[in-house]
Amino acid sequence: MPKIRFVQQGTEYAVEAPDGISAMEAALNAGVPGIDGDCGGQCACATCHVYVDPAWMPVVGPADADTEQLMIDLNEGVQANSRLACQVQLTDEMNGLLLLVPDAQF
Amino acid sequence: MDSSATTMVDPQSIPIDQIDVSDPKLYQEDAHWPLFERLRREDPVHYCADSAYGAYWSVTRYEDIVAVDSNHKIFSAHHAVMLDDGRHSGQTEDATVMLPFLAMDPPEHDKQRKIVTPAMSPANIAKLEATIRRRVQEVLDMLPIGAEFDWVPTVSIELTAQMLATLVNYPLKDRHQLVRWSDVSVGIPGDGVIDSWEQRDQELKLFAQTFLALREERRAAPPTSDLISLLAHSPEAQDMSIQDYISNVILLIVGGNDTTRNSMSGSILALHDHPEEWAKLNANPALIESMVPEIIRFQTPLIYMGRRATQDVELGGKLIRKGDKVAMWYISGNRDSEAIEHADRFIIDRPRPRQHLSFGFGIHRCVGNRLAEMQLRILWEEILKKGWKRIEVTGPVRRAYSNNIRGIVSLPVRIHA
Ligand code: HEM
Ligand code: FES
Repeated sequence: MPKIRFVQQGTEYAVEAPDGISAMEAALNAGVPGIDGDCGGQCACATCHVYVDPAWMPVVGPADADTEQLMIDLNEGVQANSRLACQVQLTDEMNGLLLLVPDAQF
Repeated sequence: MDSSATTMVDPQSIPIDQIDVSDPKLYQEDAHWPLFERLRREDPVHYCADSAYGAYWSVTRYEDIVAVDSNHKIFSAHHAVMLDDGRHSGQTEDATVMLPFLAMDPPEHDKQRKIVTPAMSPANIAKLEATIRRRVQEVLDMLPIGAEFDWVPTVSIELTAQMLATLVNYPLKDRHQLVRWSDVSVGIPGDGVIDSWEQRDQELKLFAQTFLALREERRAAPPTSDLISLLAHSPEAQDMSIQDYISNVILLIVGGNDTTRNSMSGSILALHDHPEEWAKLNANPALIESMVPEIIRFQTPLIYMGRRATQDVELGGKLIRKGDKVAMWYISGNRDSEAIEHADRFIIDRPRPRQHLSFGFGIHRCVGNRLAEMQLRILWEEILKKGWKRIEVTGPVRRAYSNNIRGIVSLPVRIHA
């Protein structure tokens, strides 16, 4: 059960989540604001956009170039550490993971 | 085209292979529901061998629609978003060809979409909020209390027309011209908007001339945040052809017009039909947030989007052949009870209300979705401030003759103060 942290508009939300579920599901289950997840995790809406704390990028890894990156690229405010939270599967290694949530999803 | 036969058939007994859900009359008469229910149950990926638009596949279940919509490599949008091939190219020599990025594949789609995206971002549309709110207040203040009037022209069309004029910075007094062009561009002869294809092509020619002149005006002036200025000044848009530019202007105008207008009208009808939801809303105005996506699901302003298979592909046990036309019936998927609980009911506080198909999914997902939601949210915030007892639908609802836009043409109402 990794414990991960979301920061949205300056507020931190600590969420304990069973491993195997996605960071998007973890956020929705815990009522973290600012993550919409309109497509239910199908990598088809990009309303679960987050910025991975750069220190955690080596653990989380980059977006899949063929699928996730295409959706990210159509978004606004894209950075090198942009990921779609529904494509980040939580593991025990991610205990302490820090994800920054944008002010609003697009 | 006489198609009354389709709407007269018994949806339960008609042989399944004869079901053709592309007939515009079905939607005018709101008679499509049992046909889709049957398709979802018995033949969710359905082949219609013969229709006014030729052969096509229908995808009717929620999950299958998400799968098709998010697989742009196999299901191409290129020239394929409408079943009716003639609509993009026009019908006469004088036609203005319409091929917006909605109907393109990557990489060209991505390039053009990125040009207009900044204008639609949450940060940018927030700047419009105060203007929209003031105009909503002005329109609501003028409404008669206790007397019957038609909600569609008085509120829905008026507000979306003002919004369009703001988006492209068009003279407010000429806003109804924008609405006319939007209506004409999606019109079909006999729908009460246009009488012939020649008329459509002629009116759209004037549209193209007007917006080409506007682009020159904007180019000569410093950049502002309106869409035409964006297209005029954006470095990426400099080599955009006249056809691409005109196609995209019409896309933004049509995209922002009917869909939002009909969601506004649809919300009045849905709340009239579900008085228990009106009561909930009045008791707790914070429910507007979850009601807005529910309004958009329940209305499903775009009935379907089309695609064309780029290779043989299996879907739901059927073999779709390379080159076949495929229609994703959002109107059906949004009522799929396998994916959405009590899908036939309008419920303003349902869990995860944003999980609906109305904006599409994948790389073409609606770029104006936040703007549409904002307009509906403001409209309802301002209606609730009025403290009205209810808005009663007093007469027959008239619907649009279209298989593409789920339109409400007329909605007589009376406000009870
Ligand atoms: C409730 C209102 C609206 C609904 C239901 C709606 C629905 C849709 C749908 C279904 C698509 C195609 C998605 C797909 O193929 O997967 C789309 C695309 C689009 N919409 Fe909307 N729309 C709405 C409002 C707006 C507004 C207000 C604008 C702009 C002012 C707009 C502009 C566009 C554009 C430009 C596209 C093309 C996106 C692309 O191909 O990448 N829409 N919309
Ligand atoms: S939930 Fe839709 S892309 Fe992540």
